[in-house]
Amino acid sequence: MRDKTDKLRRIAIEPVTRVEGHGKVTLLLDEEGRVVQARLHIVEFRGFEKFIQGHPYWELPLLVQRLCGICPVSHHLAAAKAIDQIVGVETLSPAALKLRRLLHFGQVLQSHALHFFHLASPDLLFGYDSEISKRNILGVLHKHPQLALQGVKIRKFGQQIIEAISGKRIHGIAAIPGGMNKALAPSVVSTLQTSIREILPWATQALELAKQLCLADRVHFDGFASLPSRYLSLVAPNGALELYDGKLRIRNSDGSSYIDQFDPCAYDQLINEEARDWSYMKFPFLIAEGPEQGWYRVGPLARVNNCDFIPTPKAEQARQEFLALSGDPLVHGTLAYHWARMIEALHCAEAIDLLLQDSELCSDDLQRQGQKSNEGIGVIEAPRGTLFHHYRIDDQDCVETANLIVSTTSNNHAMNESVRLVADAKLSGREITPELLNLVEVAIRAYDPCLSCATHAVGQMPLKIELHDVRQGLLHWLHKDQRGDFVAA
Amino acid sequence: MSGMKSAFSFDGIQIAFTSGQSIMQAVLDGGGYIPHLCYHPQLSVHGSCRLCMVKVGDRYLSACTTEAQNGMQVENQISELRELRLKLLEMLFAEGNHFCPSCELSGNCQLQALAYELGMTHSRFPLQYPTRKRDGSHATVFLDRDRCINCEICVRASRELDGKNVFSLSGRGSDTALQINSEDGRLGSTDLIATDSSARLCPVGALVFKQGNYAERPNERLYDTHIISETGNRRPAVVSGGYPELGE
Repeated sequence: MRDKTDKLRRIAIEPVTRVEGHGKVTLLLDEEGRVVQARLHIVEFRGFEKFIQGHPYWELPLLVQRLCGICPVSHHLAAAKAIDQIVGVETLSPAALKLRRLLHFGQVLQSHALHFFHLASPDLLFGYDSEISKRNILGVLHKHPQLALQGVKIRKFGQQIIEAISGKRIHGIAAIPGGMNKALAPSVVSTLQTSIREILPWATQALELAKQLCLADRVHFDGFASLPSRYLSLVAPNGALELYDGKLRIRNSDGSSYIDQFDPCAYDQLINEEARDWSYMKFPFLIAEGPEQGWYRVGPLARVNNCDFIPTPKAEQARQEFLALSGDPLVHGTLAYHWARMIEALHCAEAIDLLLQDSELCSDDLQRQGQKSNEGIGVIEAPRGTLFHHYRIDDQDCVETANLIVSTTSNNHAMNESVRLVADAKLSGREITPELLNLVEVAIRAYDPCLSCATHAVGQMPLKIELHDVRQGLLHWLHKDQRGDFVAA
Repeated sequence: MSGMKSAFSFDGIQIAFTSGQSIMQAVLDGGGYIPHLCYHPQLSVHGSCRLCMVKVGDRYLSACTTEAQNGMQVENQISELRELRLKLLEMLFAEGNHFCPSCELSGNCQLQALAYELGMTHSRFPLQYPTRKRDGSHATVFLDRDRCINCEICVRASRELDGKNVFSLSGRGSDTALQINSEDGRLGSTDLIATDSSARLCPVGALVFKQGNYAERPNERLYDTHIISETGNRRPAVVSGGYPELGE
């Protein structure tokens, strides 16, 4: 029976080499039919840490941004921050720093809008068991055209900022060692200033919608994959929400401080990664707590839970309401990621509005120089959580070693646990239903649309669920193919 | 006869030339363009890339090594030549490791620009994925041999323009590779300096500067906004480490 299971697993993880859109979930039942193990398998191998070795360090921001088509700016900037250290630049020019911040706010705004409107809202608006052919962005466009259009335009605005600064909406060129390559033209700033006036109220409405959808079924919101956990994020020296820079803060699930103002460059004293033989994605953990107990969550929920305040007024007001309505003292419901995400989206819109009034965006004082070293660590808050880039270079200026801990990796354990909780709570009998399959997707999707299996746009999310019994091996499987059709065994 | 103006037909257009000029020189002087990579007007002729093959009568001749003749009928923009040039380009891409997205020369690269010009979408030849030795030993100049197309422009520029002898090609056939003429074979042990022509004329991203990279955004670079047949082969000053431009 074991051989049979192994064989089927091997078939299930046939290399599916597309960058995004593939995952596999296996569930293991005990004798009482309870789900005792849930595994989210990431079946793609990227190998970036290996194949960037030998490349000159100045190529890194351009090389590693190809990790992702949704949040390439985060990788671009994390690598740039690491390279700033390699070229000995501790402090960027004010203009370069503001441009990088603006670029990053644009990135987070467009990514959050993409996730909420394109990927998550179909579930939240239509229900998890609604007709699958309509449970997508096209369905939202048909049923809620104004809402969907606003979502598309919020994302478009974020991409316009990225394009203005880096030359392209995806995979542009902006950050260089010790600074930025080009200032913004005043005419471009003026155009963006006009657009942000429209975006701000839309971001406010989107936040209100996320809140309403989350609170529409309070029992479900509080209970769905609720997962008391530690939270890790960057915060500013004064405890403010911080996306570009700052120090590490970890809170325990009861809200108490685990660690605060920890130097992110010493991350390897705090975090280690465990490799497991059933997934290409590693499992980061806090070294002091060990692999089993040391897991934590990152991303919008972690950031909103962790910070003392958000430094823009409307988002701060929303944070206080969020914690007052559902915090005890922290919010642990996995669906709360959506709400927290839209609080951050509003914060980004407010921050962009402020930055666009700063004339230094047009300054040509863009690059600093320093004393070169052979190591750099860049840490940034990507849309989906804390992102670590660590490089060492040799005496030829080429990359010797690289360590990347991407946001999704930090949520690996939590996603697996969320899948287990959902399956345990919702699995009735031993037959997997399409509703269960979608609930599993909903739990995964709340964390990270960049995850290979979390891209369900227009119903295309190839996902396979296997149900194993401890005695009988594989009981049942259900697979959703490229066209969104269900195939059962 | 020396110095006497004569003319030949180039795709039906009369091109005047001076006796002793090659077809390439005459066409470039006349404001025209023939695809090329190893030719540079300030350097001796190498004739190795073969991209400048033109059709004269029923013969294929390299424009850079063939003297112009009065009354000659030269065909350049014809489909059979385009196909031959495309294959040559595809082979160059296949035998190197040209990862354009992160290359400093992307947007200013003559190899890339010619690929766009000829409509190359992929290589029909198996990719070789070479792992030739990179050389970062020099303080300001970096050599990535995986991007080298063996055009020998740096070799000739070093000897003919810089009065040095920093580079050479060694090996035969597919083993041909750029070598550094120093005792330890490293660029850092040579007398190369950043203002040398040899460091600034590489048509691809094999020889790049360590600083001043990525000064332009995408869509603002030379070949983002121009096709190479309009501008000719040119390496802008912004990718030459900020040193004065060396015109072709």
